[in-house]
Amino acid sequence: MDSELILKGVYFRYDSQWCLEGIDFELKKGEIVGIIGPNGSGKSTLLKIMDGLLRIEKGEILLLNRPLSRYTRSDIARQIAMVPQESTFRFAFSVFEVVLMGRFPHLGLFPFEGKEDQEIARQSMQLTGTLDLAGRSIHELSGGEKQRVLTARALAQKAQIILLDEPTSFLDIRHRVEIFELISTLSRTQALSVIVVSHDISLAAQYCQRMLLLNKGSVYKIGEPAEVITADTISTVYQCPVFVDENPISKTPRVTVLSRRGEGRHLHNPERT
Amino acid sequence: MRDNENQTRLPLRTRRPAEQGEAAWGKSGQGITPLKVIYTGLILSGILLIIILISLSLGPAKISVKDVVTWVTGHRSVDQTAWMILFRIRLPRILLAGLVGFTLSLGGVVFQALLRNPLAEPFILGVSSGAAVGAITGIVFGLGFNLGVPLLSFLGALLTILLVMGISSRHGGLESSTLLLTGVIVNAFFTAVIMFFIATTSDSRLHSMLFWLYGDLSQSRYVHLSIGIPPILIVSAIIYFFSRHLNLIVGGEDSALQMGVEVELLKWILFLGVSLMTGMVVSFSGIIGFVGLIVPHLMRMFFGPDHRLLIPASALGGAIFLIAADTLARMILSPSELPVGVITAFLGAPFFIYLLKQRGSQWTQS
Repeated sequence: MDSELILKGVYFRYDSQWCLEGIDFELKKGEIVGIIGPNGSGKSTLLKIMDGLLRIEKGEILLLNRPLSRYTRSDIARQIAMVPQESTFRFAFSVFEVVLMGRFPHLGLFPFEGKEDQEIARQSMQLTGTLDLAGRSIHELSGGEKQRVLTARALAQKAQIILLDEPTSFLDIRHRVEIFELISTLSRTQALSVIVVSHDISLAAQYCQRMLLLNKGSVYKIGEPAEVITADTISTVYQCPVFVDENPISKTPRVTVLSRRGEGRHLHNPERT
Repeated sequence: MRDNENQTRLPLRTRRPAEQGEAAWGKSGQGITPLKVIYTGLILSGILLIIILISLSLGPAKISVKDVVTWVTGHRSVDQTAWMILFRIRLPRILLAGLVGFTLSLGGVVFQALLRNPLAEPFILGVSSGAAVGAITGIVFGLGFNLGVPLLSFLGALLTILLVMGISSRHGGLESSTLLLTGVIVNAFFTAVIMFFIATTSDSRLHSMLFWLYGDLSQSRYVHLSIGIPPILIVSAIIYFFSRHLNLIVGGEDSALQMGVEVELLKWILFLGVSLMTGMVVSFSGIIGFVGLIVPHLMRMFFGPDHRLLIPASALGGAIFLIAADTLARMILSPSELPVGVITAFLGAPFFIYLLKQRGSQWTQS
């Protein structure tokens, strides 16, 4: 009963080639799951499938124990929110206006937000630390601020599940940490379930309770970060020699990429490590 | 701005005190309310009415604004000649200018949002050149401007829209950049056809063609209004219904889709609706450039990018702008006239550049 979202034997393809093959996955309430995997392994596609944006060919997806296919688009949007990689607003909406747009799936035919919607938007901004940006144009913000605003919009959707598609890819280290801190705080205080796609394996390992390693459209390994992130799995899946040890402070796995020429080369051979 | 950013980007634990956040919140306004939309609509309608009255009073025959007002409200027995000038010549033209400005500007807002491109305007998909080929064919065959030329022109626009949308449609979806490219290519092809006609015509029909190509409201008739107003009002209502959806599309098609906007369906409805109403007004007025581009940007500067306010503001602003421009087109070389498109571009371009310099491109980002 604790599962928010369940995928059973999910297959998907855009054309003749399978893009996702036999994915089994279960998202529990309040947990943060990181999805990692090389480019083209199907991470973003998997996220879209979980959000019901792509129709699966085989298998089953259950959202709160009901088949996802039986939900309307707005129903899904009230349960699942997506934070995109970056903000792509073409015209200068204010931060407040952007966050208020998160109320879209909750509005009826009357096209204006009420007091309650404004209050929810305000709370979402407070939780993400964007309240002091309220009147600013979305174009004036830095990458990290924009990402927080988009997270606020997702919160305003009042969804229980938040999906983030590489939210940190355009950010520097400080802002990466800030986004992960925010996600983890929200997950704890608001009991949100979070799935985050990331290329920053070591950082994701510090914040995620579980990690899912995708390889060519199927689950290569899933489990606690220390189980999933080993020199063996990472170097095999990413086809890149790596060294993995324990981060001395967080006690989570830490990935070091080995240069192909350097003295560390021998380490990539699993027998020698 | 940089310093400011550093302050607001402190890590979460050392965030600025909440009171400062609350202060910024208070200043941010409370979004778009129905009341704000109604007030804005009323104010712009008032300006529109004043412009109409002033425009009615201007022309080779001197009639004062005061006379116009008393006659319109029916307080004084009317001098027959003045009545003819006002209600048979000036009024239909002013009203048509209003309708054309309304439609083009509305079309511009919608296209800018749907294509997520600040350079978009209602002619960008080739509607105008298709309409022009139709109209010029009509002129070559000596058809009248009352119904013959508009009808052919509308057919030209209609065929062009179907052609462009047909070519760009893939798996039932319309991809914006394909649509834009197709529009540009079709435009180029029809422009060649138009140039061919112009090169092979030498009599008085050439003058008609050139005037049509630069936008000409001197052929306005009440019949154009009664044909044009009902469908345009219906399309406008549909557009307004989707104003919230357009806000989301400006933020990215994927996000809009995620939140429950039927993006592909909406694109079909709105591209088709806007193109049809644009084709209709173009068939009455010829190609009046610039209105559909600058009025939406102007209104965005004044009223912000939220389409629930921007759509009515742009539609009314477009009407005001084009009535003013057409009045100038009538007056500048009086008693002879300029094509109104010359005025919209001649005044519009420098004004727009001035605003761009003043405000920067803050309100858009390409």
